[in-house]
Amino acid sequence: MSALFEVKNIRKSFGENLVLDDVSIDFPAQSATVIIGASGSGKSTLMRCMNLLEELNDGQINLDGADISAYGTDIDTVRGQIGSVFQAFNLFPHLSVVDNITLAPRLVHGVKKDVADKNARELLKRFGLLEKADEFPNLLSGGQQQRVAIIRAVATNPKILLLDEVTSALDPVLIAEVLTLIAELKEEGMTMVIATHEMGFAKKIADSVVFLHKGRVHESGTPDQIFGSPQTQELKDFLSALHQAGRL
Amino acid sequence: MTYQPSSLQLQREAAKRRASRRSTLIALSSTLAVGFLLVLLITGAQGYEMVKNSFFNWSYAKEAMPSVFRGLLLNLRVLIVAEFFVLLLGLLIAIARTTTSPVLYPLRLVATIYTDLFRGLPLLLVLLLVGLGIPGLRISWIPNSAVVLGTVALVLTYSAYVAEVIRAGIEGVNPTQRQAARALGLSQSQTLEHVVLPQAFRNVTPPLLNDLVSLQKDSGLISVLGAVDAIRAAGIQTAQSFNFTPYLVAGALFVLLTIPLTRFTDWLTRRQDARQRAQGQW
Repeated sequence: MSALFEVKNIRKSFGENLVLDDVSIDFPAQSATVIIGASGSGKSTLMRCMNLLEELNDGQINLDGADISAYGTDIDTVRGQIGSVFQAFNLFPHLSVVDNITLAPRLVHGVKKDVADKNARELLKRFGLLEKADEFPNLLSGGQQQRVAIIRAVATNPKILLLDEVTSALDPVLIAEVLTLIAELKEEGMTMVIATHEMGFAKKIADSVVFLHKGRVHESGTPDQIFGSPQTQELKDFLSALHQAGRL
Repeated sequence: MTYQPSSLQLQREAAKRRASRRSTLIALSSTLAVGFLLVLLITGAQGYEMVKNSFFNWSYAKEAMPSVFRGLLLNLRVLIVAEFFVLLLGLLIAIARTTTSPVLYPLRLVATIYTDLFRGLPLLLVLLLVGLGIPGLRISWIPNSAVVLGTVALVLTYSAYVAEVIRAGIEGVNPTQRQAARALGLSQSQTLEHVVLPQAFRNVTPPLLNDLVSLQKDSGLISVLGAVDAIRAAGIQTAQSFNFTPYLVAGALFVLLTIPLTRFTDWLTRRQDARQRAQGQW
């Protein structure tokens, strides 16, 4: 039985610059995989390749056993099954919170407006944001905006959720509220891939941790293995740098 | 306990009041001085009495009013039709110019040539070419009314300007917005319709309205083709009486016509500025 989402031998370069070099990772259903690594290690590029925002130079990506990186795949349909959240929130400023959330269900998945609206409000209520439903994004705090962005991504019932450094633009208090939301989604069985610098959170939530270094999977394993007994010098260096910066 | 401003703050406020009283006074006296000088200059001119009689004659103004006003109604009809088609054509050209697909290269090329051409050609020339050239072709199904052809010329020229304004708006929308929409599974055209264009129009509303104001007054240029609009009507009156007051009447009516839209533009710009300041960004 193959994993829900598989990245196989992918390569990606921008001109001369090889950013991802033969990366292979399996993402089993209902698991949380945390991707760590220094800036420039290829984390964001990997995330962008996984939701097909970047074209691969080699390798393939399978979702539910189907190769979604194959030439001629209907990219819009595939993206409708992959939720993505970015560091910069990217809420639509001209739409209210509820309209931000219902846009994709209505347009991409053909959900009726009143049904989509009701679902969105239920999600907002569950995550304590119901009173913000009819506000516009610019009146929300950074943490609230990012939580809305995550709700927007899960409102389409994606098979997998990609979270790319979703807390990097937030202060510690706001980080906590976003991480709580992510932990709740994990409880509900959402399959997710998380690129993050929040190592404490990574330890708690991850089923497996992947350490990217210079575009390669340098080490991977359970949180205990990666944080408890790192094998390679590069990972040791990375962890001790984090430790010195007070991030571990 | 109620809040008592400190004596420091009271002094500060008093100084502020004094300063603002003084600037009001200065503004008032300088306005009066400039106004007085202007009156002196104009009424003191040698030909003042003659100009006054041939440009500001009240009885001629009253006489010209009905026909000039009827002419203005034509301008109004022309500009409403023209504004509609200008926005439509401008939007289509802007979208054509912002496409990236290689299949659409010919479309992009045509759109680029179109905007280059019609932004470069003087409006008067376009009016003459369309208004006199097309009837000259003697194609039976093309109307040769001056009003229709004049409107076509206005639409041709103004669409080029409006297309560039809308294109600037489209390109001003942060690319991450497009990405976020695509990542949610929205197609290219859904992204354009629901995410990019609403933000683009919001960004360029003031310059867009500015172009429409300009179109309003340029609708008077169709008179060169013989359409009896406000300016032409004034011209006919003038030809009968050798008095230029009807032109001034037409001018005044055009100003009155554009004022609501200019004030609306100002108001919208101010509101957007205020909003941007409130958020620090948008």
